[in-house]
Amino acid sequence: MASENPTASEYIKHHLQNLTFGQHPDGSWGIAETSKEAADMGFWAIHLDTMGFSIGLGILFLVLFRFAAKKASVATPTGLQNFVELMVEFVDNSVKESFHGKSKVIAPLALTIFVWIFLMNLMDLVPVDFIPRIATDVFGIEYFKIVPTTDINAALGMSLSVFFLIIFYSISIKGFGGFVKELTLQPFNTPIMIPFNFVLEMVGLLAKPVSLALRLFGNLYAGELIFILIALLPWGVQWALSVPWAIFHILVITLQAFIFMMLTIVYLSMAHEEH
Amino acid sequence: MNLNLTLIGQAISFAIFVWFCMKFVWPPVIAALEERSKKIADGLEAANRASRDLELAQEQADQILRESKDNAAEIIEQANKRANQMIDEAKEQVIADGKRLREAAQAEIEQDVMRAKEALRAQVSVLAFAGAEKILGATIDEKAHSEIVEQLAKEL
Repeated sequence: MASENPTASEYIKHHLQNLTFGQHPDGSWGIAETSKEAADMGFWAIHLDTMGFSIGLGILFLVLFRFAAKKASVATPTGLQNFVELMVEFVDNSVKESFHGKSKVIAPLALTIFVWIFLMNLMDLVPVDFIPRIATDVFGIEYFKIVPTTDINAALGMSLSVFFLIIFYSISIKGFGGFVKELTLQPFNTPIMIPFNFVLEMVGLLAKPVSLALRLFGNLYAGELIFILIALLPWGVQWALSVPWAIFHILVITLQAFIFMMLTIVYLSMAHEEH
Repeated sequence: MNLNLTLIGQAISFAIFVWFCMKFVWPPVIAALEERSKKIADGLEAANRASRDLELAQEQADQILRESKDNAAEIIEQANKRANQMIDEAKEQVIADGKRLREAAQAEIEQDVMRAKEALRAQVSVLAFAGAEKILGATIDEKAHSEIVEQLAKEL
């Protein structure tokens, strides 16, 4: 902690600061000691906690699913295989319902998005002080944020990847000309309205990744913040608020993962279809 | 809350995860699911077919049973008829035989009677001659005559 007895705002700020590694303004490399230092590092810095947890959870997801997939047999499935098949079938149905093109990427992409985001969101249910306290007391790490999706970088990283996929598919399906036409000749199909159309469509296009990222980030950030605020209460009454909020949050984290997945599917199916 | 390299790092790891999922997780699970659903569909179809076959076999068995029952009834009826016929024939035969035997016996009896009568007649004439001889030869004796006549009559 920054000080032995932090004020409420110090406590909150502390909890919202990532473990940042980057170049200090004076040229030396290292971990930011304060949020000011982290901000000064600019773009060329990396959040070790976000990266660590997201990659760890991603690997957990893939190892679990790979393990089940390897053992996937036609005979009666059990335990893990059941669960994995359930997830795969759920995602497959969602994809089949809203995506009518042919693509080998969409379904695994949707599965990855859903499970990975769900796992990252799930970290929100770990008591807010639990892991940061261990990190501070055992490893001497000052800042530690365990929910990757409350880091705008994580959400935006995924939504930008989806955005590039949208552009990639738009161009590979409709051709570059078709993509440009889609941006310029809608909704008013006259040459005079091309600039207007372009601005309108561009806003629509760019809003997709931004809204995708901000929706996830905003929901999880707000949820995390409320957990932090609850953690400021006297310890005897915390459970009265944190338990209902955590239960409600189970819905939120699942829903956000689902929304991210569904919107990705919808955006990509829109990229596949001619208007 | 700063935008930084984490963004790119996240995008890269995301891409790798998606690639791995696409390559090593999705296909085997989907393949297993599809194969299982196919197997289940096949099983259901086989069950359907089997039940249809069973129904057919049942029907066939019923028909065969019915036919054989009919056959048996017919055979029994024929046998009965035949038996009755045989009995009737036997009866007629017996009656005819009896009649014939009786007639034969009667004819023989009549013949015997005729023959006896013939013989008697012959003997009567001899006796008459013998009687007449005796009457003519011996003294007339009322008492003896009547005895002779009586004897004659007895001999007749």
